[in-house]
Amino acid sequence: MTALVTRARRSFDTHWYAWAMVLPVVVVLAVLVGYPLGKGIYLSFTDADEANVARTIGVNHIPATYKAVGLDNYWKVLSGQEGHFYSRLGWTVVWTASCVVLHYVIGLGLALLLNRPMRFRALYRVLLILPWAVPAFVATFSWRLIFNEKYGVLNAFLEKLGVGAVDWLGDSTLQKMAAVAVNVWLGVPFMMVAILGGLQAIPRELHEAAEMDGASPWQRFRHVTLPGLRPVSGTVILLGVIWTFNMFQVIYLLIGQGASSDSEILVTYAYRLAFQGVRDYAGSATYGILILSLLLVFAVFYRRMLTRQEGTTR
Amino acid sequence: MSSTTPRARGERSRGASAALHTALVLASLVAVFPVLFVVFVSLRGRDGWQEPTRLAGFDVSNYTHILEHTKFLTWFGNSVIVALGATLLGVFTAATAGYAVSRMRFPGHRPLMWTFLIVQMFPMAVLIVPLYNILGELELLDSYTGLIVTYCSVSVPFCAWMLKGYFDTIPAEIDEAGRVDGLSPFGTFWRLVLPLARPGLAVTAFYSFITAWGEVAFATQFMSSEEHYTLAVGLQTFVGQQKAEWGLMTAAAVLITIPAAVVFFLAQRHLVAGLTAGGTKG
Repeated sequence: MTALVTRARRSFDTHWYAWAMVLPVVVVLAVLVGYPLGKGIYLSFTDADEANVARTIGVNHIPATYKAVGLDNYWKVLSGQEGHFYSRLGWTVVWTASCVVLHYVIGLGLALLLNRPMRFRALYRVLLILPWAVPAFVATFSWRLIFNEKYGVLNAFLEKLGVGAVDWLGDSTLQKMAAVAVNVWLGVPFMMVAILGGLQAIPRELHEAAEMDGASPWQRFRHVTLPGLRPVSGTVILLGVIWTFNMFQVIYLLIGQGASSDSEILVTYAYRLAFQGVRDYAGSATYGILILSLLLVFAVFYRRMLTRQEGTTR
Repeated sequence: MSSTTPRARGERSRGASAALHTALVLASLVAVFPVLFVVFVSLRGRDGWQEPTRLAGFDVSNYTHILEHTKFLTWFGNSVIVALGATLLGVFTAATAGYAVSRMRFPGHRPLMWTFLIVQMFPMAVLIVPLYNILGELELLDSYTGLIVTYCSVSVPFCAWMLKGYFDTIPAEIDEAGRVDGLSPFGTFWRLVLPLARPGLAVTAFYSFITAWGEVAFATQFMSSEEHYTLAVGLQTFVGQQKAEWGLMTAAAVLITIPAAVVFFLAQRHLVAGLTAGGTKG
């Protein structure tokens, strides 16, 4: 017992400085993230909705009357009784995968093009990162105007080509494609700049040595460039998946907040549960926790996969 | 290499050059077109958006209208207050932690790094309901404080993560020199490392500012009175179920984007380095 106390004291003596320096952040995180998260988990085990949470109407304060229901919410969602989870999940996965793949492939392509000496290189670079400088909600509204069925410039062009107007934001498949297009437009510059940084960090000698050994351009790309990009790719793909999975603005603002829609991803659906119609706080909290769990599982597997890859190449 | 004039290594043929420039010009057009189009529509007057391919009827009536007859400037001010508040709080509280995590090894180091990373993974859907209820009980809904506090839940872990990455790039010899000269660890941080980290601080601040500037979900629910709307909420009022004031929307879009874009281009070179540095050196 005393040994434990002395060890704790010694550990405090050596580390109190570090602990003091991280204290503000730990406090902020505990209050602003830890407590709400705990409350969210608690709510997901209750039947809280608009009608039974604590609220103040005028001067009267009405205490909360919701009660614990155990794992009921999770059971209803996961067993499919609630009826929306698996369809939303399916589309969210397709949405995330297609956006991130397109981000990465287009970003890599443009980075490879930009990563060589040529005229106007600086100009191209500035023009190509322009979408990143536009706030996402502004960009989404702008695209909504471009996609407008009656007065949109895209349909105006199509009509001139003789194709005829397309109801981009009305039909659910086209809606989805439009949303992916907008998100790709928004996200490519980040990938491009990140990959460009990674390309410039690959030592020139590696390419020269490969060329001396008679490697074709494709072989050099496959065996020098791609492995050299691995550290950067690992991080940006993880970030890209998380950002896209949670991408709220594009879906919510592009497709609108109207009646139920096929193109909603998990995050926007959870939002609508909480704030539209009869506000279902418990259901929304359940969705929130499920989304977070999915992302955590993904991140853990992804990190593990990356370390394993590093192990095999070394 | 069968061309008659031998080329130096790495030089392109004329055809390859043309293909390269064509590809880049096309990509640039796609990148730039929506932005230019919005500027174009905004200069076409109130109903000009209904004829998107006509090149006539230019005036600035959309701009004068939103500045004089809507609450645009109020919303702009609200956005500035909220985003600045979240940024300052985020950077100040996160700076010491970023330094400690970068330089010191202590029990709790790894869990803390993991927390920073995981919190950034939090979809707003996890926190929005509990925060809405908590702020409601504290009567902080529809107030600047409530929204600033909410944004801090995003900006603090993010700033700590970014700053850790930046501090990692400052050589540890500087700290050692400071310690030899008799500075405390905090003194080393405050007098030596922080001034050197000014570019990193600027980029971190800029990035969390832009994140708050463009946030939609929390602001839409938490700010219920028109006086307190941020730009992201206000812009939605131009184009709603009953209204379609696209002319006004585009003018507002241009005015929102200009300051953001100017700062963005000043800071962008350091952005990616900061974001990815934290990750690769975990």
